Amino acid sequence: MKRPCKKSEKKELIRLRNVSKHYPMGDSIVKALNHVELKVFDGEFIAIMGPSGSGKSTAMNLVGSLDVPTHGTIYLDDGDIAELSESDLAQVRGKKIGFIFQSFNLINNLTVKENVMLPMMFQGTSIEERSDRAEELLKLVELHDRMDHYPGEISGGQMQRVAIARSLANDPEVILADEPTGNLDTKTGAIVMEFLQKLNKEGKTVIMVTHDPDLAKKYADVIYWLLDGELDKVTKKCGKNKFIDVTKKKKEEARNSVPSKKGAKAPASSGKAKSNGRR
Amino acid sequence: MKLDYLILALKNLKHRGIRSWLTLLGIFIGVTAVVALIGLGTGLQAAVSAQFGVSSTQALTIQAGGLNSFGPPGSGAVNKLTRDDSDAIGKLGTVEFVTPRNLETTKIEYNDIVIFGMAVSVDDDLEKEMYETMDLEAGQGTLLLNDALGRIAIGNNLADGSKNGFDKDIALGDNVLVQDKRFKVVGIIKKKGSFMMDNIVLMYQDDLDNLFDYGDEVDIIGVKVKDPDLMDRAKEEIERLLRQRRDVKEGEEDFEVSTPDALLETVNSVLGAVQAFIIIIASISILVGALGIVNTMTTSVLERRKEIGIMKAIGATNFQIFLQFFFESGLLGFVGGLVGIVLGTLISVAGIIGINSFIGSELSPTIDFILIGGALIGSFIVGAVAGIVPAMQAAKQNPVEALRG
Repeated sequence: MKRPCKKSEKKELIRLRNVSKHYPMGDSIVKALNHVELKVFDGEFIAIMGPSGSGKSTAMNLVGSLDVPTHGTIYLDDGDIAELSESDLAQVRGKKIGFIFQSFNLINNLTVKENVMLPMMFQGTSIEERSDRAEELLKLVELHDRMDHYPGEISGGQMQRVAIARSLANDPEVILADEPTGNLDTKTGAIVMEFLQKLNKEGKTVIMVTHDPDLAKKYADVIYWLLDGELDKVTKKCGKNKFIDVTKKKKEEARNSVPSKKGAKAPASSGKAKSNGRR
Repeated sequence: MKLDYLILALKNLKHRGIRSWLTLLGIFIGVTAVVALIGLGTGLQAAVSAQFGVSSTQALTIQAGGLNSFGPPGSGAVNKLTRDDSDAIGKLGTVEFVTPRNLETTKIEYNDIVIFGMAVSVDDDLEKEMYETMDLEAGQGTLLLNDALGRIAIGNNLADGSKNGFDKDIALGDNVLVQDKRFKVVGIIKKKGSFMMDNIVLMYQDDLDNLFDYGDEVDIIGVKVKDPDLMDRAKEEIERLLRQRRDVKEGEEDFEVSTPDALLETVNSVLGAVQAFIIIIASISILVGALGIVNTMTTSVLERRKEIGIMKAIGATNFQIFLQFFFESGLLGFVGGLVGIVLGTLISVAGIIGINSFIGSELSPTIDFILIGGALIGSFIVGAVAGIVPAMQAAKQNPVEALRG
């Protein structure tokens, strides 16, 4: 069968394997995410799409290794994150993943430049290097003239660009953006998205979590559609604004592939994320 | 690298609200009290010693009736000391010389105003010895010398119009009426810093005897011991001799031999009590201050949960978060200590200057850098220790929950 789009042969960066996340709430258990399979390849622009309550925030926390799954395994560069201590995980996270949040999440007591320098401090980079790199990154997002301002003194769009600069501080492989335009108007949102697109073109992997299908379709190469905590479908861009459904293939791929390193145990419960026929 | 967290903590402190600074009051008051107290310590001791008239380490004073009689020392006793007692003491091997003297509350008139003061007698031929045991020097003019009858020397305060009650300074050469008899002021005694000594009128024994008729009785016998090491022995010898002469048993003495040591002990025990009190207050304030820091840091951790979440998301380890809050807490204490030190030092310098002008001493205010350094490090440690538990709370925040705010 001839494939209209090339198969990705790139390095696998993050992989969620049959991942579930359950939260206790009172006497009951909330199943925020059930049997999700997800793969992130180097250089991809991925969108995790879903309405509110679909589990996309939970998915983002897991993809960003901020949280560990209740069931299943998450591999970050082929290593199982469950095997890392909390602090080691923080270090790995700081180095490999750059976060961009909907509400910017800059630290208000620090200047724009200090905010960009902060992730490097946690990696033990020297102050001179931190300072140089922060200036360079702020130039990249065209905010070097606002370096010494505090977050409260700049606009939302500018704050998000600072957040982009901060996410790049440790030169991570992956940028994880949670609703990056959610608090911005269309115009400034577009500017932010262009920066993300530019970064992706330059080789960074971008994972964007959004509820806006148009945004996802416009920028992402692969879209994971979540619904009620389950992976509903996976679509892949194929030509301009054309997406093909690759759900079945992806799931098959996930089931069959064996991680190259340790921790390659077969999934405890079979990865049968149900695929209802919503196409 | 740890320095980075100190700097970060400092930046966060800059943005702290007034609430955080108020919790430092405890540390600040405690450190102020300790620094001021230690700075003032020597000055206070000098001032109090001067009040008690402690001077030479070789001087003893003997008075009849013990210390619990009213009126000028020795004058209220029933069984008075006599000149014979004095002569007998003078013959003891450990004694260099004796200076018997009388004291009397007298009417003093000047500028048509009458006040009551204390006259002290000086024996002719024993002037130098007397001045030595009482540690007196002339401030202006001369002290009484060469049996100058009809002359007096007066205490510094008595000459000062703002302190003597006469509304006018007494100058050398002025005439003053003592018990309605005219005396010429030939000397003003150098300021001693003792209320009693700065208000005395010195006159010759014969003059005072004319006014009050003592006969053979003396109120106080001053003794100079040959060597400071012999003080205790001299005291024992004098006590034995006087028990014999006055026919009293040991333990039932109706006289008192006081050494400067005894006086100093009294001074020190009073000072010690004051110091202990201040140290207790200081410790309580520092404890309260430390609890305040625990409180403000705990609140701060709760308020800054989101910030902690952000820092964890961008790669901060638990220890790095801990370090930041730990340093922040230590710096809070440090700032409290710093303010306390500045204020405490100012108080002690002002206090020393005050003491100097009061007793005419020349104590120089000392700034003890070891004390300052110790207080700074100490307050940092108090703050840091107070911050350990809140910092641990900060460190163990779950990043996902913390990010939610």
